[in-house]
Amino acid sequence: MGERKKLLDDREISLIIRRIATEIIEKNRGVENVVLVGIKRRGDILAMRIAEEIKNLTGKEIPVGAIDITLYRDDLQLVSEFPMVQESYIPFDINDKVVVLIDDVLFTGRTVRAAISEILDYGRPRAIQLAVLVDRMHRELPIGADFVGKKIPTARKEIVDVFLKEVDGEEGVYLTKKK
Amino acid sequence: MLERPIPIVPTLRGKTVVNLFFEPSTRTSTSFAIAAKRLSCDVVNFSRVASSVQKGETLLDTTRNIEAMRVDGVIIRHSCPGAARFLAKRINAFVINAGDGAHEHPTQALLDAFTLLQKIKTLEKKKILILGDIAHSRVARSDIWIFKKLGAEVSVCGPPTLIPPYIEEEMKVKVYFDLDKALPGMDVINVLRLQLERQKRGVFPSLREYRRFYCLTEERLKKAKKDVIIMHPGPLNRGIEIHPDVADGKRSVILHQVRAGVAVRMAILFLLAGGKIEKEKRE
Repeated sequence: MGERKKLLDDREISLIIRRIATEIIEKNRGVENVVLVGIKRRGDILAMRIAEEIKNLTGKEIPVGAIDITLYRDDLQLVSEFPMVQESYIPFDINDKVVVLIDDVLFTGRTVRAAISEILDYGRPRAIQLAVLVDRMHRELPIGADFVGKKIPTARKEIVDVFLKEVDGEEGVYLTKKK
Repeated sequence: MLERPIPIVPTLRGKTVVNLFFEPSTRTSTSFAIAAKRLSCDVVNFSRVASSVQKGETLLDTTRNIEAMRVDGVIIRHSCPGAARFLAKRINAFVINAGDGAHEHPTQALLDAFTLLQKIKTLEKKKILILGDIAHSRVARSDIWIFKKLGAEVSVCGPPTLIPPYIEEEMKVKVYFDLDKALPGMDVINVLRLQLERQKRGVFPSLREYRRFYCLTEERLKKAKKDVIIMHPGPLNRGIEIHPDVADGKRSVILHQVRAGVAVRMAILFLLAGGKIEKEKRE
């Protein structure tokens, strides 16, 4: 195990959430027809927080859903022996809506590719945009984020961990270098 | 997932399974076929009647031939106990037992347990009664295993000719020959199909007599708990082992079982076909 460095503390994460919420409103010129879909796990929590911020800023409550992308992965053979599949929950119509996908870390882009495939099985959105807390680069597919919390150059072998108080009891983003 | 505009996921795209059914079945083979297709898996159906088995081909040869066509999995129902295991040891594809003689029907047991757990959070200490032709039932055997494993108290009830002699000792279940005595206190009653072919072999005097003593009616259910759950693996012989009012009534989860069947079979296919299948042959 190598040294662990804290990249973002809870205050910085808070500020990022607020900024991303503002950018979503700005880019879409308001939130009419905007819906949020978080990618489990942790993306769904961030989605709830961003929706809360959007409500503070605009007074509007926009629909929030969450998806589990396990069944859409391109690498099931390599995943653990018993992959756990959680529920995907999008209880609203996404046709002709702007779907903002939300995840904690953007790395190879394969998770987002799977999420896009899954979203398109629910209907035909007007557009899909992507918001991430951290972009650690090393893309393997041509995928990009529209809203980025922090861009962090990393080495492939390094590990980026995101802890959110709702599931992890603490708040923070850490970078661990492998020895 | 079934509620979406496109109720299919691409998980097992490129995989193929064969429904190898040597005994008739519409419900189980259809359930597996639907489960596979929801996962984008291809399905090929093999029915005994229109096949080379009629020409005397052995089970192993039939399967080897099918496997040579690059099939990933085999779902087999056969009248010989152990057929699934026999196959699993000899071929590379994964094997799912859809019923081997009177031995086991594991996917039925899983969907039965799943249905119950959806209704009542746990089976610990619950009283479950399996009613009917226990001796010839693979469903009964598999259900007894799974319900006991999940902590339930299992009892069986039926005519003495249809209850295996050592079941009380060997499987640790309580045996009742009198349905009225069995009912009080039961949380769940699983009614088995009476296989009408048995009647011809003289295992019980007449259908009328069977019905009189063992048919689950609304009247009889007054002796059971008010919120008792009624199950049946299907297909129903309405009016023989179960009264239509009970089968269609509020306590019945029969259709839930069918729905659960697709979900459970999807999960099984996902785990067997999606994971590391080269490591180990599984049943």
